[in-house]
Amino acid sequence: MQARINVTSVFVDDQAKALAFYTEKLGFLPKTDVPVGEHRWLTVVGADAPDGVELLLEPDEHPAAKAYMRALVEDGIPATSFAVDDVVAAHRELEAQGVRFTQPPTPMGPVVTAVLDDTCGNLIMIASPA
Amino acid sequence: MVRVGDVFRALADPTRRLILDELTLRDGQTLFEICSRLIAHGNTSTRQAISQHLAVLEEAGLVVSHRSGRTKIHHLNTQPLRSITERWPVTD
Repeated sequence: MQARINVTSVFVDDQAKALAFYTEKLGFLPKTDVPVGEHRWLTVVGADAPDGVELLLEPDEHPAAKAYMRALVEDGIPATSFAVDDVVAAHRELEAQGVRFTQPPTPMGPVVTAVLDDTCGNLIMIASPA
Repeated sequence: MVRVGDVFRALADPTRRLILDELTLRDGQTLFEICSRLIAHGNTSTRQAISQHLAVLEEAGLVVSHRSGRTKIHHLNTQPLRSITERWPVTD
């Protein structure tokens, strides 16, 4: 047995809005989009790895998912973290596009991190080497 | 009305003083950022402990918070420190 990680997920409050934010602002590419009941199996991939790990934009329909997201957002805790080449440049670019940050680029030991609002109910960390 | 005793109690703890230091460096932080900065600077307090420290600082009026969207943001408020020098003026 040797399992592989091929998909990871974030809960989102609206899949169409999430697809727009994750592709237009964060630069991911659409990968899979299959209707599943009233929702979609909707994934995106990094532009550098179109056959790599997929990020599933998963509906936050379950009440526990909503409660979990709210609690993390209240304390400023990111739902997940993505790598970028340069957090300072990414922050500048995204802020100019109206993306809201709860934490500007800050050195945290071996990395520089920033935390942004994905507008879909999550805070997202971006990180690059210090 | 903040009692001066609360201010002294709040300042008596080294981790709470470090939290005030971090807010002096950058005002307006989430719990997550405060925890991350303390860890990056070698403090090993848990999130729960930091949260309780912030509650003590808020009670003493040294930290005030507001909401940005759904996120709680903490700010430094040094006003209560004035009560100390008003009671015991600093002379040169």
